Amino acid sequence: MRIIGKKMSVVLALMASTSMAQAEDVEVLHWWTSGGEAAALGVLKDTLKSQGIGWIDMPVSGGGGEAAMTTLRARVTAGNPPTAVQMLGFDIQDWAAEGALGNLDDVAAKEGWDAVVPPALQAFSKYDGHWIAAPVNVHSTNWVWANKAVLDGLGIAQPTTWDEFVAAMQKVKDSGKTALAHGGQPWQEATVFDGVVLSVGGTEFYKKAFVDLDPEALGGAQMVEAFKRMETLHSFTDANFSGRDWNLASAMVINGDAAFQIMGDWAKGEFLKAGKVPGTDFLCFRVPGTDGDVSFNSDQFAMFKVDSEAAKAAQAQMAADIMSPTFQSAFNVVKGSVPARTDVPNTAFDDCGKKGMADLAAASASGNLVGSMAHGHANRAAVKNAIYDVVTAAFNGEYDAETAAKNLADAVAAAK
Amino acid sequence: MAFSTSGVDIRTRLQDLIPKLVLSPSIAAMMIFVYGFIVFTVYLSFTNSKMLPSYDLIGFENYAKLWALSAWWTAVSNLAIFASLYIVICTAIGLTLAILLDQKIRGEGVLRPIYLYPMALSFIVTGTAWKWFLDPGIGLENTMHLWGWQSFHFGWIKDRNMAIYTIVIAAVWQTSGFVMAMFLAGLRGIDNEILRAAQIDGASNWQLYRRIVIPMLRPAFMSAFVILSHLAVKSYDLVVALTGGGPGRATELPATFMYSYTFTRNSMGIGASSAVIMLMTIAAIMTPYLYAELKEKP
Repeated sequence: MRIIGKKMSVVLALMASTSMAQAEDVEVLHWWTSGGEAAALGVLKDTLKSQGIGWIDMPVSGGGGEAAMTTLRARVTAGNPPTAVQMLGFDIQDWAAEGALGNLDDVAAKEGWDAVVPPALQAFSKYDGHWIAAPVNVHSTNWVWANKAVLDGLGIAQPTTWDEFVAAMQKVKDSGKTALAHGGQPWQEATVFDGVVLSVGGTEFYKKAFVDLDPEALGGAQMVEAFKRMETLHSFTDANFSGRDWNLASAMVINGDAAFQIMGDWAKGEFLKAGKVPGTDFLCFRVPGTDGDVSFNSDQFAMFKVDSEAAKAAQAQMAADIMSPTFQSAFNVVKGSVPARTDVPNTAFDDCGKKGMADLAAASASGNLVGSMAHGHANRAAVKNAIYDVVTAAFNGEYDAETAAKNLADAVAAAK
Repeated sequence: MAFSTSGVDIRTRLQDLIPKLVLSPSIAAMMIFVYGFIVFTVYLSFTNSKMLPSYDLIGFENYAKLWALSAWWTAVSNLAIFASLYIVICTAIGLTLAILLDQKIRGEGVLRPIYLYPMALSFIVTGTAWKWFLDPGIGLENTMHLWGWQSFHFGWIKDRNMAIYTIVIAAVWQTSGFVMAMFLAGLRGIDNEILRAAQIDGASNWQLYRRIVIPMLRPAFMSAFVILSHLAVKSYDLVVALTGGGPGRATELPATFMYSYTFTRNSMGIGASSAVIMLMTIAAIMTPYLYAELKEKP
């Protein structure tokens, strides 16, 4: 029962530490703690500062935001929610269903958000027709990051099909370098799985499996093939991947110790921070076999209910700042993602960013824009974690591809 | 006359009252923060709580779901492996160290704290240090390779079948010194006259320990078992720091399971029911012990 005691003490400590917040400050809970991410967040901090709004930082580290969501729960249960919270996908909807979120309709109407935010994103930023969150960016997960010098040294061209990708990784492995830089944490394995599932069956199969949770798709032959591809990828990792953080895996590619990393476009921030230039030092391309498809996740700032008018004004100002085209451009250039509104010019972006923006627009138009399963944009937390369990167990060799597909269907059925 | 009598009365009454007054805040705090929350958790385990607590009772459904989850079975079987090895190895090492230290050796005063100090660290520190030490890329294996022993291989922490044993290693390292101290105290409590009498009767050293000393250490064994078993059931921080539950989910224990279901998976009801099962496990160990302890005292 010590854990319950611990939980309480965390709550009490948080209550004590945050009671100093003043009305015109915004307290922001987020998990952007790695170098590139923290730099991107600095843009928003500075904008708000210039408008006289103070920023109380509340970072809770942990790549997928699991720890941050736990902290949030303690804060809300204690009756002292932060002003704004970085949040992903269905979490926003869940909190809205609890009635904990504020209403941004006024500022949304004034700034005309309805016209400029893609409908696929609005599905998450609105609850019951009301704006509850301001989307900061659109990430996509089906990216491969490659060290160009390593590829050139081995005479490898950018792979365009899955088989070419496997052949390229084999070549790197034979040379003695690590072919695939990977961090063995469940959310990272799920992130890779997003791209692999798309490469097997395209968006149609992806939607059937992860959005509709169709048991036939989850346990079928195509899913077996997807798990087999995960096994292939596993054979190209180094022996020491288990437990590694994603930015350390990116560093392996940056330093030329590894050739490829399959990771969302937040990895670009790490490359840029290391002074690397897209196209010259590193390559970015879609997971081979998924060209034209985009599995997205969108960081949003969900605004919690606050009482005082001053706090509401600060909150509205923060939301307006987040959605302003200048901020969307400046922030996303640093962060590696693409703007959450479609009318932002791409002039400030590098080649990878331009490709990301073009891909997003094209995928949105063709209906190939799908929510990322790994980042809570395809289904709710219980189902997402049930999928995580199977994907990570299969990737770590607990069972073969056939069993994995069968277990996936069972686990999802149990969690639904 | 009357005044002075009542003065004495007040003083004695105050003396009676002071211990109760001093103790009451901590008792009140304990009633709320320990027993109150136990009751709350038990109640939650019978509700359909998801992300935040809800109060709609659904009977034993959470328990049924819990025992159908393969992740829970992994956690329980990991606990069985971990707890049995941890308790047995800790007791064996602790007893051996205590017997060796009890040989009236020189420098005991220096050796004793050395063995005891790991207990002064938190499990997070132990876990992090052992994580680095066992990591093939930077720890023991790498060092051996640098020293020229190229064929040396020790990758248990990255192997999903062996990773649970690395947790046993770190936990044993942390606690066996403490168990040693308990046994040493027990050994010091044994009457030398008995040992001398046995020696005069011609008992060998082995017989002495086997027939007299170890049976007389029974209370120390009991306390060691109770302390180690509840440490094993509630292990959380060590796993989080050492393996993070990985590789994959291979080293999840009931405590980490409880945390993840309650807080990251929006299944508070199932998390609460696993907490209740853990509480019942500890209670099953503690109750007979407490009963025996309380019965001995008049």
